[in-house]
Amino acid sequence: MDTTTSATQDTPDSTRTAAQVNSSQVVRPALPEHNLPDEPLVIIKPGKSWGAVDFHDLWAFRDLFYFLTWRDVKVRYKQTVLGVAWAIIQPLFTMMIFTIFFGRLAGVPSDNIPYPVFAYAGLLPWTFFANAISNSGNSLVGSANLITKVYFPRLIIPAAAIGAGLVDLAISFLVLIPLMIYYGITLTWSALMFPVVVFLTALLALGVGMWLSALNVKYRDVRFALPFIVQLWMFVSPVIYPASFLPQRFRWLLALNPMTGIIEGYRSSLFGRAFDWGALALSALITLAVLVYASYAFHRMERNFADII
Amino acid sequence: MKPIVRVEKLAKRYRLGKSEAAYGTLRESIVEAMRMPFQRLRARNGSAAEILWALRDLTFIVEPGEVVGVIGRNGAGKSTLLKVLSRITEPTLGRAELYGRVASLLEVGTGFHPELTGRENIYLNGAILGMRKTEIARKFDEIVAFSDLEKFLDTPVKRYSSGMYMRLAFAVASHLEPEILLVDEVLAVGDAAFQKKCLGKMGDVAKEGRTVIFVSHNMVAVQSLCRRVLWLEQGKVLENGPAGAVVSNYLNKSFGGGVASEEVWPDLAGAPGNDEVRLHAVRVRNKGTDPAAPLTMKTPFSIEVEYWNLQPETQLHVTLHVYTEHEIIAFTTGSGLEPIWSNRPQPAGLFRSICHIPGDLMNVGRHRFSVLVVKNKSSVIYRHESAVTFEIVDLEERTLSWYGREPGVVQPALDWTTEQLGTL
Repeated sequence: MDTTTSATQDTPDSTRTAAQVNSSQVVRPALPEHNLPDEPLVIIKPGKSWGAVDFHDLWAFRDLFYFLTWRDVKVRYKQTVLGVAWAIIQPLFTMMIFTIFFGRLAGVPSDNIPYPVFAYAGLLPWTFFANAISNSGNSLVGSANLITKVYFPRLIIPAAAIGAGLVDLAISFLVLIPLMIYYGITLTWSALMFPVVVFLTALLALGVGMWLSALNVKYRDVRFALPFIVQLWMFVSPVIYPASFLPQRFRWLLALNPMTGIIEGYRSSLFGRAFDWGALALSALITLAVLVYASYAFHRMERNFADII
Repeated sequence: MKPIVRVEKLAKRYRLGKSEAAYGTLRESIVEAMRMPFQRLRARNGSAAEILWALRDLTFIVEPGEVVGVIGRNGAGKSTLLKVLSRITEPTLGRAELYGRVASLLEVGTGFHPELTGRENIYLNGAILGMRKTEIARKFDEIVAFSDLEKFLDTPVKRYSSGMYMRLAFAVASHLEPEILLVDEVLAVGDAAFQKKCLGKMGDVAKEGRTVIFVSHNMVAVQSLCRRVLWLEQGKVLENGPAGAVVSNYLNKSFGGGVASEEVWPDLAGAPGNDEVRLHAVRVRNKGTDPAAPLTMKTPFSIEVEYWNLQPETQLHVTLHVYTEHEIIAFTTGSGLEPIWSNRPQPAGLFRSICHIPGDLMNVGRHRFSVLVVKNKSSVIYRHESAVTFEIVDLEERTLSWYGREPGVVQPALDWTTEQLGTL
């Protein structure tokens, strides 16, 4: 870039003379020395729609991610009587209802694991995922006042919503420990995979969440579609039933839903079952594809956020 | 010197009205896509009326350490320019290069969460404005001291008054350390003491050698803080030069003219009135040394009312109700005690009553007035809401360092005396 050479040539005459006239008229203390970089720090120009996510920029704003996550966690349970307990109540009561209706009355199998623990281990990732994509999907529209007033990498907003969901996940995880002790389930080396599947869930939620949030800016339909999508998605995920509930020849179909490999992954890592590596790998692959597409789509739509939100 | 901000042929287009296809429901988009491709294309181009170029072909540079004012009427593109420079929105054409960190005070208090305490909001807001956590922690005490809100740090900001809220917000924002600071109308808020503080802070920022781009409608503040001013009109730079010259050109063009404004009805039959009185003209005239200059707070001026008295041997007088822009009557005045005709019946014919308004009386702002014609000092026989408005501007840099409009419907200069009555 030849910005330094063009500095003296491209300047319009009007501004130049104006500045000179001014400096000769007004007596001011000498300005301090400025060591300006040779290259501009920021170049503002239209249509950089094909660029990738600016990781450098994201890194510079990493504290904002922390504070937005912290704000979401802090504010969520303000002025509630039960406070953080809500993070536990939600999956716990759902688990109890599921146990009565599906475990007892309908007799849904649970891979020889006591149904309550089985269901809870499925609800853990599901509740996280469902809340994360709902909150994330609505996050940009909810932050319109920020978007129209300040610059920062927009991606941080939907990402922070996922981060806040992770905190809830950690709290609801605490209930699982007494449950597992009660049913006499001991951890095995498979538990080492647990952080990996949690990470995978977060990545998938991020991909889906950021895409939906950007789409929501343009099409407010997303707000109405979201609860509906979440509900349907749960039924095609092995939350209530195990993946083995389906006949072998249909299981690949179920595995196309990335949440299948993930939810089964939670159970395998917690209960020491054999992993379905194929399904898990497929989940990881689909997650990656979703992330790549979502970040491209987000970046493309991001340019207009402030104008159309 | 090498510029720190270089703006080249910058343009920003907004779509207005229904061609704002960008914001709609999914269904509309699908329906649109289903239509013939050429129809879509046509819709994209839009008609001229639906497209607004908020900025066009904008070119200028800012040198490091300069405090540049940006002035212009509403809709001239000032705020859009700041939005583009602060990367909130993307330009449609052209480019801008920034050779330093940018921070903007487009609207202070952005991102404050009402449920969080003052302390928590300092951190949150700081991070939103681009500060690192350690940076906020380091400046925390300074920010609190600046805001004067030590006692309320652990109160949720939803319990703050709007003044407290602004103080906290500005305290955070003013502790940013950018090389380039973009400021939009911060002076419109806060009380006098706080405004003084804010301006002092901006002065400090400039003295430290930082660059400030300052958008304001407050000509006094612009003149005293900026050495160079850009005057934008319809998205273009109309003038770019020393603050004093550009500001006075701007005011002359916007509010100037010998007769500030007038209404004239040459045709008696069509003039407002009734069978007793009809108006002929209503005007405001600058009586200052330069009749072409805008009316300032110091300029004497007159309001003239010309009317036809249609009934002989009646006694008429004119009363004016002068309104501020908030529709408050600033004062009323009438010609009832005028020396020649006040106790004498008037013949039929054309009369002119002139109300002489001295300088150092009016407050800043746009004013309008209504004209009342009163018969026999008792009954109002005709009332005319005049279309004539006049703007009082303020050019003086005041020594008391308050740059905003003083409260009050009028701002008379009154004599004061102070005497010592005793000693301790």
